[in-house]
Amino acid sequence: MALLQISEPGMSTAPHQHRLAVGIDLGTTNSLVATVRNGVSLCLQDEDGKALLPSIVHYLPDGQIVVGRKAQATQAVDPRNTIISVKRFMGRGLKDVSHVETMPYDFVDTEGMVRLRTVQGVKSPVEVSAEILKELRLRAERSLGDELTGAVITVPAYFDDAQRQATKDAARLAGLNVLRLLNEPTAAAIAYGLENASEGVYAVYDLGGGTFDISILRLSRGVFEVVATSGDAALGGDDFDHRVFCWILDNAGISLPSDRDSRRMLMKAREVKERLSLDESAPVRMTLDSGDEIDLVIERQVLVDITRPLVEKTLRPLKKALRDAGLEASDVKGVVMVGGATRMPHVQQAIGEFFGQTPLTNLDPDTVVAIGAAMQANVLAGNRAAEEEWLLLDVIPLSLGIETMGGLVEKIIPRNSTIPTARAQDFTTFKDGQTAMSFHVVQGERELVADCRSLARFELRGIPPMVAGAARIRVTFQVDADGLLSVSAREVSTGVEARVEVKPSYGLADDEIADMLKAGFEHAQQDMERRALKEQQVEAERVIEATEQALAIDASLLDEAERTALDAAIAALRSAAQGQDSRAIKIQLEAFNRASNEFASRRMDKSIRQALAGHKIDEIRI
Amino acid sequence: MAVTLSDKAAKHIDNFIAKRGKGVGIRLGVRTSGCSGMAYKLEFADEVLPEDVVFESHGLKVMIDPKSLPYMDGTELDFVREGLNEGFKFNNPNVKDQCGCGESFTV
Repeated sequence: MALLQISEPGMSTAPHQHRLAVGIDLGTTNSLVATVRNGVSLCLQDEDGKALLPSIVHYLPDGQIVVGRKAQATQAVDPRNTIISVKRFMGRGLKDVSHVETMPYDFVDTEGMVRLRTVQGVKSPVEVSAEILKELRLRAERSLGDELTGAVITVPAYFDDAQRQATKDAARLAGLNVLRLLNEPTAAAIAYGLENASEGVYAVYDLGGGTFDISILRLSRGVFEVVATSGDAALGGDDFDHRVFCWILDNAGISLPSDRDSRRMLMKAREVKERLSLDESAPVRMTLDSGDEIDLVIERQVLVDITRPLVEKTLRPLKKALRDAGLEASDVKGVVMVGGATRMPHVQQAIGEFFGQTPLTNLDPDTVVAIGAAMQANVLAGNRAAEEEWLLLDVIPLSLGIETMGGLVEKIIPRNSTIPTARAQDFTTFKDGQTAMSFHVVQGERELVADCRSLARFELRGIPPMVAGAARIRVTFQVDADGLLSVSAREVSTGVEARVEVKPSYGLADDEIADMLKAGFEHAQQDMERRALKEQQVEAERVIEATEQALAIDASLLDEAERTALDAAIAALRSAAQGQDSRAIKIQLEAFNRASNEFASRRMDKSIRQALAGHKIDEIRI
Repeated sequence: MAVTLSDKAAKHIDNFIAKRGKGVGIRLGVRTSGCSGMAYKLEFADEVLPEDVVFESHGLKVMIDPKSLPYMDGTELDFVREGLNEGFKFNNPNVKDQCGCGESFTV
């Protein structure tokens, strides 16, 4: 049975209503996927318990594609087919990419985005990114136990439209429904709950493995606006490692280490650097290939001294961003630290001194962006009550739903859902062999289609013939940030799909919306009774039809008296179903079930006999 | 009439409420919905409602509305792990039938 998670009060999901949403930090060096479960936001881990997925894709000659840590291992062996830092190429032409000559790839300079020739053919950065996203999607679906409704993907604040579009395309290619692209600094601010803080200016200082970004955000009415960005695309934690590496070389008196030794010393340097964030000193002990021993101790103050120029280098873009925004350091109300390198106390201290306040560091700087994206995705997917903090986001004024058998409305997106939003629900066929389904999209609070506003109709054809109830038709409602509704219906086994787009608010004045809402409240009781009646009528119709079909095939299983009795039961049920009393129909339905029980079990016996006929007993496995 | 939590379920709920920062316990219930009749409700509870039936299990408050209780009497809420997925599971002796996916059931 499906596993359940604890929802916010009043927000339990209906069965088959899918609201699983994730936040994805699609990073240059590492990517992460996070979600909110049981009210807690967390990064999802792979089978090895690792949350970070190295953003590396390796194309193998046999058609296999390896992503992440395993691809990292082959980076040195097959650099041409192992794509790293693909984010730098997203939405860029060859001339936009710096340091092309130092990269090991076989670039194809085509119109528009740059492409890479690999052993599996020419790949665009969108396709490479899609492999990373696909890996994260699969991890999320394995962790959450079902398909995702949507994802929020973070992008750097400085990404232009082409880079953002490329990111969206990659997500679509990976089978992800993008609820929204979110700026990385905004995601970090959301993770710290700053959207509930007082209005004003906030700074996000993001020192990652290889890049440095500073963003100045202005919060007004619960919405962040990016007012300035700056940074250094070639400055990050790796440079700090390199300084420690040089210190080790100097102090151990080594001038030209072998490739293997320098790789190991670089790893040691990183380990020591991380250690010094916690301790005042750290030992540097290793044995070189030559047999020589290194045995040193490095003090935290030494790290501070040798990396001071690097920390100071980050202050220049910082000042530039403030200048661009026309602000002083003292105007900034809060500073958020992002990226593993900001764990170093002297980085925190330098930034604290610059802004004259202690920066926010209590969340894990590696995961804070993904966590913020997950929190946003959770809201967009409709798992939080709209009342609380998120009031300032746009909401849809009237519920959106679909007509089901009997002229009833199944609400898919309830009113007051924040937009953009997406919801999915599964439906099935009503009759055996049904190959088409017609969809009627309606808007309103009433239970019956006749009382709601019709928005659109469309048909899904090409459903493979199956018995009634076997087909799975997933209907997805998506409302984008502009209020545009698109409804798609997809038969899950074949993938046949039909869709329609409408603008639900089109031609609807505010007072008409108010009237529709009022009518919904006033008729609640009456609507409930009418709904119950319709449901019973549909059920009656369904069993009568199924029984008559069965009688057409297996009439011989009943003797004359039994047949008469069953016919009478059908007639009684049919006449009750034409009336307006839902309880009377229910009683007849129960009576009918008793009357048809014997016939049903004989049919079952018959089909078992047929299935077993002509087989030896030992051919049958139980 | 009683509804209980398994050791594991209680431990996780305690932890989730602590991380969420508020809540007096959890609220269980059933509602009519879904392909096989009824569906479970599993939510954080921020208050005890006047009509609530309240159980204590492992020191945690479990709230149930009186209409749901007959469908859930004797239920134990468990926490299980299935591969990468983990979550809560209702062991409800009243269940006669459930839909294939287990998201809804009949009593």
